[in-house]
Formats: sequence, structure tokens, C-alpha cells
Amino acid sequence: MIDDAILDIEGLGRSFTRQPLLAERLLGLLGRRPEIPMARAVRSVDLSIRRAEVLGLVGESGCGKSTLGRMITGITRPTAGRIRYKGAGVDEMPPAVRRGFTLGVQMIFQDPYASLNPRQRVGDILAEPLRVHRLAQGEPAIRARVDAALAEVGLDPSYRQRYPHQFSGGQRQRIGIARALIVEPELLVCDEPVAALDVSIQAQVINLFLDLRARRALTYLFISHDLSVVHHVADRVAIMYLGQIVELAPAAELFADPAHPYTRMLLAEIPSVRNRKRRFHAVKGELPSPLHPPPGCAFHPRCPSAMARCRTEAPALRAIGPGRTVSCHLFADERGPQ
Amino acid sequence: MTGDRPPVLEVRNLQTVFHDLRGAWPAVNGLSLTLHEGEVLGLVGESGSGKTVAGFSILGLVDRPGEITRGEVIFRGRDLLALSPEAQRQLRGSALAMIFQDPLTTLNPVLTIGEQMAEAILEHARVAAAEVRRRCIDSLRRVGITSPETRLSQYPHEFSGGMRQRVAIAIALLNSPDLIIADEPTTALDVTIQGQIIAEMQALQRETGTAMIWITHDLGVVAELADRIAVMYAGDIVEIGATDDVLDRPRHPYTRGLLNSVPGDTARGERLRQIDGTAPPLSARPTGCAFHPRCDRATDICRRVEPPDTAGPAGRRWRCHHPLPEAAA
Repeated sequence: MIDDAILDIEGLGRSFTRQPLLAERLLGLLGRRPEIPMARAVRSVDLSIRRAEVLGLVGESGCGKSTLGRMITGITRPTAGRIRYKGAGVDEMPPAVRRGFTLGVQMIFQDPYASLNPRQRVGDILAEPLRVHRLAQGEPAIRARVDAALAEVGLDPSYRQRYPHQFSGGQRQRIGIARALIVEPELLVCDEPVAALDVSIQAQVINLFLDLRARRALTYLFISHDLSVVHHVADRVAIMYLGQIVELAPAAELFADPAHPYTRMLLAEIPSVRNRKRRFHAVKGELPSPLHPPPGCAFHPRCPSAMARCRTEAPALRAIGPGRTVSCHLFADERGPQ
Repeated sequence: MTGDRPPVLEVRNLQTVFHDLRGAWPAVNGLSLTLHEGEVLGLVGESGSGKTVAGFSILGLVDRPGEITRGEVIFRGRDLLALSPEAQRQLRGSALAMIFQDPLTTLNPVLTIGEQMAEAILEHARVAAAEVRRRCIDSLRRVGITSPETRLSQYPHEFSGGMRQRVAIAIALLNSPDLIIADEPTTALDVTIQGQIIAEMQALQRETGTAMIWITHDLGVVAELADRIAVMYAGDIVEIGATDDVLDRPRHPYTRGLLNSVPGDTARGERLRQIDGTAPPLSARPTGCAFHPRCDRATDICRRVEPPDTAGPAGRRWRCHHPLPEAAA
């Protein structure tokens, strides 16, 4: 584990399954329990988030990146593994310490339309965490904290009287950020925080994240499918594929010299205003279903460099340089790809 | 380069308004553009800029409370807006095709893919059943769908998002259209799937020479795809020109602002050069130049007078009182 980690996770996993049908339950009573399919959204993930860093988490829809973020914030319970916050296991924490974790790790959601209660005024949305956790006593103190939070995200304090529908998408995302900040968190888990926003508004919100980071020494887990945004904000980047991290590296190195074939494929696909009339080369295949993950390396059916070994044996994450790990048989020994 | 070829489409001074209890608000406000054979035009803008309504208006697909109030849409020499609804309908799906953003809502969930494709053919021509089937299979194969024979009898829910969008494209291609309007066709898809769809669209476009309007908010996508780019703001094209000209030497401050908003040219971790403020709602269009409240070059005239349509070399046009100097990028 890294010494300056604010949060680290070990063997974290989450499976989803459906309720057994009546017929299946009856069969179960007869001692012939049929197998119910299980989707392993996140399979065994190890990851450390360092204090004051921006860790980018990148992957396609369905790769498990949101589930991982929700487990880290305590919204979704893991089915395997453990989370340690500031060195202490979250599950073994006494309630008083656990409160520190609950407040210290906050989440910002993708959809600013769905994550704010439409019947509450913005002032009440922001005051609620203060009241629930008794972080401010008395209306004047609560009001002062709400106004400060609004000002911090660039909204006029008079907006506290308004309802969410009176705001644009970008302003709503600012309200979501203010709600997370009001409890003075140390780690912000941002799940696709700019994906739903227009280009010009996206730039404003990214700037807000950068300003807040400089002002408050915040740590971010920045979940996104948009590599150009991650490239801009992240210090380190983890690439996820079908429930597992396949590559982890300092951002500059990952973008300059991607190791895993999947990372290389993703980087090749980012449309850029600097490329003109490029001929796209269709990457074959789609993300497989987590209900039926391919044997061996989960990426092998789409991988241009797949070998016989990839079809049978899952590669382990191994170090290929300082702070760089990759799970790919091409890097089976220290020499790198052959 | 594209100047010699005859125009497939000429839109002149198109205006589409939306009515509500308080009045009529223009969503598309005096839009003009020309599209040549085999050309890909990227129509770029943020939400609410009117780019989708522009696409719908060109196809005559505007329903109440929307209304096309003036302008001409000349397609192969005929004004589409002057045609009868039935004549318009005959052109849509044959000579004119549209691909929408969300392939799940475009396809009928209770019909098989084969039935939907057959409908698109039989609506416009009398074709024998065996020939219909052959054309469907052909079209599916062209967009990269494997084992099209079995796929024909499947329902939309049996397809992934990327595959559904391929089916929508296959349907659009069935009658060899002269013009395809694609409205954010890859926005709902993952980057790798987006890459696949763009690759196939590029190949098809090269092969068939179909002209295309690709509506998107993603400058990266049009940079790689389009011959020309039109940038929309508050219902009008504020700048249009060859892709390289618009992206490398923008004349309109809004175009430059959009380009600066995209991470890439700014050093990692530095603040992006953002455009302050938000796009105006239809009902509160600023006077003069609609962009002036967000513009750092705005002066008094911008608040009062709508900027004229200015023409530059090589089909370049912009609407700005204080355009960026020609050399500056």
C-alpha cells in the first residue's frame, strides 16, 4: 500500500444477481437448486488513492467504473474485499469514526437533473446535510454556510430561494458540487460530472474543479469515459475493462506511452480537433456481457495482439515501471512487449 | 474543390419558430447554407442552438407548436417546403434520409428488423419479396452487421446500442439517398463503438458519394469527418467554411471560445479558457448580436445592430462586427 493513501481498496468486488423465480425456489426446496446467472460488475480491484491527487478512472459503459465509485462512497455495499479510509477498515469502524468517513467521502453524480430533489429549494438541499449531521447550529449559522457554499461554486447566494428546475444544467451541476462541499469532504468521487454538459459549460465546470482543488487540497476520483477530459485533470489514470483495472499509470506516461492494448485502442479512438479527415479504423467487437465474461484475459476477443495463452489464462497486474502496472501477457516478463 | 459540383441542397433564409402563450420564438433564425454532392458538412452547436431543429426543418419534419415561417429548402432544384405533405413524405426515406441520436426510440420495438427494413423499401417502390430480402441483407452487411440473415428476424431489443445504430444507418441507406442528415448519431455510444460507426459511415460515404449533414456538439468528431463546418449559435450560423479554416483560423469569437473550451491545447491541469455565461433561451434572445453578452470583444454596436453576413474567400462566411483577425489562430 502507498503510505500517503487517503483511501485504499483491496480485492473489492460487487456481483449482482436476480431474485430466484418461484419455480427455481421450489426446485431449491427439492434440493436441485438451479444456477442463477450472476453479473460480476466489479471483480477484485486493488487501488490506492493518494492524498491530494486526481485519480482518473476510465472505461466504457458497463465496465464497472460507476459501481466502483459507489462502493467507495458507501452507496453500494461491496460483495467482496475491503475499503480502508485513512488506514482504518470502513467495516470495522466504530460509529463515531465511521461518520468521519461518511462525511469525508462525497459523491458528485452525472445527471444534475436526477440528483437534486425537484421539490426542495436549493437552500434546503444544501442545508439538509448540515442539519442531519449537526454541522451547524442555528439558522443564521446554517444560512451562512449555505451562502458560502453557493458563492464558492460561483452561484449567487440569492439563488437559495429557487428550485432546481429554475437552473440550467451547468448551474445544477454547481449545486451538486456545493452540496458535496458543504460537509467539508476530503475525497470527492465524481461520476461523469461533465458528461451531460455542453462544451462551453463543461469547460466552466472543469475550471471549477481545478480552482477548488487548488483552494481546498481536495482529492478526486474522477470517473469518466472522456479521455481528453481525464488527460486534462488527472495526475494518475486507471483504465477499467469488464470489472477489472487493466492499467494504472501516471497520466503523462499513460497518454504518451500506453501499455495495455485496450488503452492503446481507446487512445486511438479519441476524436480530436487536431486530426483532420482521418480514416477511422474500426476496432472489432464490443464490451462482452459481465454475465458471460470470456475465459482467460477478458479483452482477448477484441485484442489485436491476442496469443493462445490469453484465451486460457487471466493475466495478473504487474509492475512495468515506477508507479505503473498493467495486466497483459505481453508484459509477462520485465522486458516488456516482444 | 467542391465548388464545381452542383449543389444538392440549398437552404435560404430558413426560419422556424415555436409558439407558446406568450408569442412565437425563433429556434432557427434566417439560416442559409449550401451542400454539394458528396460533401460532408458538420453542423456544430451547443444544446439549444437550433441545430436539431434546423435538421428537422430541412426535412420538413416540424410539427406544432413549431412552424416553418419563411425560407426555402431547394433540394435538387425543387423547393421542398412548397411540395405537398405527401410529396415530401415520398422524398423522405428515399432521396432524403435521417439518422437520429437515440437508436432505441427510432426503431419500432414490436417489429422485427426485417419487417421495418421491408417497410422502408415498399413505402417507396414495388419490389418483389425476394428482392426486398436481398436488399435488406445487403444493406445490413454494408454497415458491418455479421450474419444478417438471422439478424433480420430479430427485434431491436436483441441488439446492442451500437448495433441498433448500425441498423438505423442500414435503413437510411436502403433507398440510396442523395442526402443524409445525421443528428448526433454517435453521441450515445462509447468511443470505441463511435469509432466503428464513423469508420463505416466514412467508407459508405466514399463509396456512394452521398452528401451528408452531420449534426453534433463534438468538434473532435467533425474535425475528423467534415469537409466544411458550420457553427450555430442562437438559431443562426455564425461561421461557416472549410474545416481547416474554421478550426485553425476561426473568425467568430464564439468559434474560438468553443475551441478553447475543449481540453487539448491548454497545458494539463491549467484552467481552460472558458466562455462565461450560458446560451440564451429562445424567449430571451439578446438584441443585436445574440452572442454579445458572452463575448469579450463586444462593443456598443454589438448590443444594437445584428451583425451582417460577411463573405470571405473560399465560401467562408461569418456574422460578427469585430471578427478575429485573419492571420490569428
